[in-house]
Amino acid sequence: MAKITFIQPDGAAQTVEIPTGWSIMEGAVRANVPGIDADCGGACACATCHVYVEAEWAAKLPPKSEMEETMLDFAIQPKAGSRLSCQLRVTSGMDGLTLRVPPSQH
Amino acid sequence: MSEHIVIIGAGQAGVQIVQSLRADGFQGRLTMVGDEAYPPYQRPPLSKAYLLGTFARERLFLKGDDFYREAGCELLLNTRATAIDRAARTVALGNGRTLSYDKLLLATGTRVRKLKCPGADLPGLHHLRDIADVDGLQDAFKTGARIAIVGGGYIGLEVAAVGAKRGLHVTVFETADRLMPRAVSKPVSDFYAAEHEKAGVTLKLNTLVEGFEGNGKIEAVRAGGVSCPADLVLVGIGVVPNDGLAAEAGLACDDGIVVDRNAMTSDPAIFAAGDCTRHHGRDGAEIRLECVQNAIDQAKHAALAILDKPKPYSEVPWFWSDQYDLKLQIAGLARATDRIVVRGEPSSRKFAVFHLREDAVAAVEAVNAAPEYLVGRKLIAANVRIPPERLADMSIPMKNFG
Repeated sequence: MAKITFIQPDGAAQTVEIPTGWSIMEGAVRANVPGIDADCGGACACATCHVYVEAEWAAKLPPKSEMEETMLDFAIQPKAGSRLSCQLRVTSGMDGLTLRVPPSQH
Repeated sequence: MSEHIVIIGAGQAGVQIVQSLRADGFQGRLTMVGDEAYPPYQRPPLSKAYLLGTFARERLFLKGDDFYREAGCELLLNTRATAIDRAARTVALGNGRTLSYDKLLLATGTRVRKLKCPGADLPGLHHLRDIADVDGLQDAFKTGARIAIVGGGYIGLEVAAVGAKRGLHVTVFETADRLMPRAVSKPVSDFYAAEHEKAGVTLKLNTLVEGFEGNGKIEAVRAGGVSCPADLVLVGIGVVPNDGLAAEAGLACDDGIVVDRNAMTSDPAIFAAGDCTRHHGRDGAEIRLECVQNAIDQAKHAALAILDKPKPYSEVPWFWSDQYDLKLQIAGLARATDRIVVRGEPSSRKFAVFHLREDAVAAVEAVNAAPEYLVGRKLIAANVRIPPERLADMSIPMKNFG
């Protein structure tokens, strides 16, 4: 389990406990975090589970695959800390991770 | 008394309408009726990671139990809706209960098409549609087993890929002269055929399965006049819409529950969404789609219509299939008469096929080619015309078209 906090564009925060081995997207969708649409259910096919990782965390996360990199290129408003939450597998080391939800996924 | 919306079918569309109705401020009662033992779950992983054994059942569920509690949606599982009384606005359930509704959403999905040939009732023959199907397949689905797969479509080929990975001896029987004939163009079919053969899968194209043989259980498949030994059989020859409940209630049905662009059936109090519907595609043609996208989007539009904020549904359909390390992503609906343009080299295992109709991009099939798929989807939605030689020119990045 890792406690992961999602911050909405309006500043509202929601902390979700996600089991180790799940993707962050799965935990977010299960907990109804607004703005994590994940239309394809985690198949890396839609780029609608886009999140921004805070700078202090960015380097601690596993690197992006080529596929994720490419998909992010087409996410809405990608930035330096952009990740697809379906491609981030939860580890105990992610406890305390904070993610920002973009204003729109479509 | 507050309004009561009843949802028949506990799947992707059902979950979406609950979510959309509540997000858009619906305050009334919600009840979801599902005939399976499980709350709504994702079907796409069933023939992929769940069958492979790398995806725990718990992860299939679209929402946790608290979602339904917080959304105030009563879940009636293991429960079949048996009849709709449109005059009384009630639904009869298999357990003897009757539910009154103000609005009804039919999200009844599909069921597998069955073979009617001799021996099709022998033990050892499987289908793959729900969790129970995969769980029932697992015992026989083991290293060294000989599996005969009837149907070279998405399900058959995804199972073939998992089977090859798990060390089964896989043979695929397909009546057409190429794989996935209804879903993809010939260059993509040919590419996948080569990949499956490389993985050790035996492909029998142009081959009709005539029956199954065995003493008490399946021991062989009879196809093309030849008997091929098999320990188990997986039939993946498509699905048929569950429109019986609607048809018996007198709703317009035609290989699917007929709905308009607001997901409304021929009864304004009854809506339908997902695989079970026949609706107008973007070009006006009547279609029935079997995909997550349609379930989600049609449910969203049904919610808007129910809340008196109708917005006609005209989204670009999209699909995907995972076989081996290949991600096939498709957007739009291709036609046999489209002009096709191949971008990239299939031998590089990364390419796309664009379908042009009246010079505009109408569909794209992308293999390990996310930019082609994502930009393609936008081009289709905007009906953009692009000269074929530019689309095929790999020196022009896809981003430049978007």
